[in-house]
Amino acid sequence: MIDQIINTVPAFSTKAPAKLLVEGVSRQFSSGRGRAPIRALEPTDLAISENDFITILGPSGCGKSTLLRIVAGLAKPTAGRVLLGGRPVTGPGPDRGMVFQSYTLFPWLTVAENIAFGLRERGTPAKRRSEIVSAFVSKVGLSGFESHYPMQLSGGMQQRTAIARALANDPEILLLDEPFGALDNQTRGLMQELLLGIWERERKTVIFVTHDIEEAIFMASRVIVMTARPGRIKADIAVNLPHPRHYTIKTSPEFLRLKEQLTEEIRAEAVMAALEH
Amino acid sequence: MLMSRPLEPIALAWRVALGFSFFVLFVATWSIATLGGFVSKTFLADPITMVQDGWTLLTRFGFVADIAITISRVLGGFLIASIIAVPIGILMGAYKPVEAFFEPFVSFARYLPASAFIPLLILWAGIGETQKLLVIFIGSVFQIILMVAVSVGSTRRDLVEAAYTLGARDRGVVQRVLIPASAPDIAEILRLVLGWAWTYVIVAELIGSSSGIGHMIIDSQALLATGQMIFGIIVIGLIGLVSDFLFKMVNKKFFRWRLT
Repeated sequence: MIDQIINTVPAFSTKAPAKLLVEGVSRQFSSGRGRAPIRALEPTDLAISENDFITILGPSGCGKSTLLRIVAGLAKPTAGRVLLGGRPVTGPGPDRGMVFQSYTLFPWLTVAENIAFGLRERGTPAKRRSEIVSAFVSKVGLSGFESHYPMQLSGGMQQRTAIARALANDPEILLLDEPFGALDNQTRGLMQELLLGIWERERKTVIFVTHDIEEAIFMASRVIVMTARPGRIKADIAVNLPHPRHYTIKTSPEFLRLKEQLTEEIRAEAVMAALEH
Repeated sequence: MLMSRPLEPIALAWRVALGFSFFVLFVATWSIATLGGFVSKTFLADPITMVQDGWTLLTRFGFVADIAITISRVLGGFLIASIIAVPIGILMGAYKPVEAFFEPFVSFARYLPASAFIPLLILWAGIGETQKLLVIFIGSVFQIILMVAVSVGSTRRDLVEAAYTLGARDRGVVQRVLIPASAPDIAEILRLVLGWAWTYVIVAELIGSSSGIGHMIIDSQALLATGQMIFGIIVIGLIGLVSDFLFKMVNKKFFRWRLT
């Protein structure tokens, strides 16, 4: 009944129809017998249009990764549902590519074999596979490293391979869970430009989770700010900086204004979270 | 050695020299004890007698055939155990219901001493090859199952999750994530258990056998030929050393991704 109402009422007045719909999704963890369950994520609604680049910004423990894992199908919501292109998400699948914070390249496969993993699983013919792989190898700037094993690569190169591996599958949406969190500052800046460059050319729908304010603004067309304990969406801020974006935009007045605004939003939360402990 | 700090690596030449020097020290101590007359010849042969006895064994008593039959028993029993145990271990590691079904029994069975089965196995299978293979099989199979299951079960979860988000199905995850991820561990487990299998085969040959290294050792005991006994024991050690080395070489070749 409720499902029908939601489906028939146009709840979101965005220009394009929503590619991804998060409807009343919440997540609780039981914290042992007799104690109140931990509310990792309050009931959350979110609509993401096609070709949008959304960043989800929040302090650690705000449930942003939980939300992303529910969208990926790697975690089950306690209530609510996720719709991708109108179809409910029931588990992980190749239509939602994922890049993790930890290095998750298969260590026994070379760079090229890692990128080809999803294509192999779906039975893409070898010839087509190697064409796609070499296209993505050059897109992420790893030409010459095709037959290297992950252990021989730097962290930045591993995450570039992971991005290529997810994109080679041609997913409908790309999910990134603090993909540059473990990288040093300089490498992180370069990776942001690389990913943004790819997005500007290919216009994938992207959800990018981060706790870095600059990163959230630089990458996004929309920043979703989340708060901790309980995790919920606090603000939804459009970023109207022009594309293509150059790293110098990080010092523009518009960028700094957004940064100041988001810093205030996050800081209030961080202070509250710190007081609770 | 004294100038070294904790965990500090040493040069290869130095490493080889140190490793070799303990063998020298060992043989020297043995020579002083026996040739110096501190230990009776009846109980412990000196190194020279041992080498002479060994030479006689090899050239006149066909000891090579004994060595060959012992090796074939170990490999046979170990191979049968591996072929059965590795797939069961993988299934247990991958699928929790399979683990719940086998794990309690296997945990119990692996504490059953293989050598204590020998009298029973002689009743069931006689003193032929079947009995020898069974001793090694019983001694190895439960150990391999359990260790493989633990290794497969501890595969990194994020790798499995990554495979699912790339479109892998359950079968694909087992075949192309769980198995390759634990393959180096499985090879290491097999190397370890092969070492234990050597103990079982010798025990099996000591009791009720007409061939093999263990049989030669128990025969020599009746003759108080301690030189031959020690030679037999050293041969076992050498074969172990060689098989260990071969295993390590093969692992190095197959699992280059882990070592580079």
